[in-house]
Amino acid sequence: MRIGVVTFPGSLDDRDAARAVRLAGGEAVALWHGDADLKNVDAVVLPGGFSYGDYLRCGAISRFAPVMSEIVTAAGGGLPVLGICNGFQILCESHLLPGALTRNDHLHFICRDQKLRIEDTTSAWTNDFALGQEILVPLKNGEGCFVADEHTLDELEGEGRVIARYLEVNPNGSRRDIAGIRNARGNVVGLMPHPEHAVEELTGPSTDGLGFFTSILHAVVNA
Amino acid sequence: MARVVVDVMLKPEILDPQGRAVQGALGRLGVVGVTDVRQGKQFVIELEGEVTDERREQLHAIAAELLCNPVIEDFILVVEEDQ
Repeated sequence: MRIGVVTFPGSLDDRDAARAVRLAGGEAVALWHGDADLKNVDAVVLPGGFSYGDYLRCGAISRFAPVMSEIVTAAGGGLPVLGICNGFQILCESHLLPGALTRNDHLHFICRDQKLRIEDTTSAWTNDFALGQEILVPLKNGEGCFVADEHTLDELEGEGRVIARYLEVNPNGSRRDIAGIRNARGNVVGLMPHPEHAVEELTGPSTDGLGFFTSILHAVVNA
Repeated sequence: MARVVVDVMLKPEILDPQGRAVQGALGRLGVVGVTDVRQGKQFVIELEGEVTDERREQLHAIAAELLCNPVIEDFILVVEEDQ
């Protein structure tokens, strides 16, 4: 099972994402932003960080990277893609997911262990969780406030496309406590918190994050 | 020579926490009667040669696709031809 992890200039969490893939039992394949080549991977992770310095808007310049053109096309054909934090921002800028991520409503960068509730287990990246399962993973962002117009929010909720919601604390002002969403097909998922930092007892607050990476292995096997 | 100026602003319905912080500072500095502050971006693009209709169209597309995110922002593009 080959899971690609893209490195952009300014990516921070590509190594942790690759490590999470390996701990879950997959083979991590390094993908480069400047190469229009997905190396025959079965799925792709867009990791966190500050790609292209996050200049202009978070994810705005990355969207035009050669690797992204390939990913947008492949995602349209069903390739599973998980965007974490900056990766989520890139997916929104690429219009693979609706809405946008804007400056935290309180203006501060936030870094905390965040409780989430998994609200959809049909996606390629969440099928290994139980519906309603509560998990604890790190969250760290300055521009994680998910916004969309009311119609889009209603549509996301109505179609069960909110995959995770913030519990206890809404850390960034996201509409309706939304922490992650998926596309209609369920192959593309964006998530603001960082499951790849919660895969080992030694370094994470839990190992709850592994579920995203074991999910994709099952999804690809069953596809 | 021509100059193309693109102003990008958050849509009115999108919360602007930066503008709100500036509004708070204005109040602390004794500026009275401020009812709202919105913060935006301005891009100033210097061009060689004339701005033909084709180039204007291209710049418009770039403003819409790259300089602004139409989900949350609006833009105004103005071409200032050199006299």
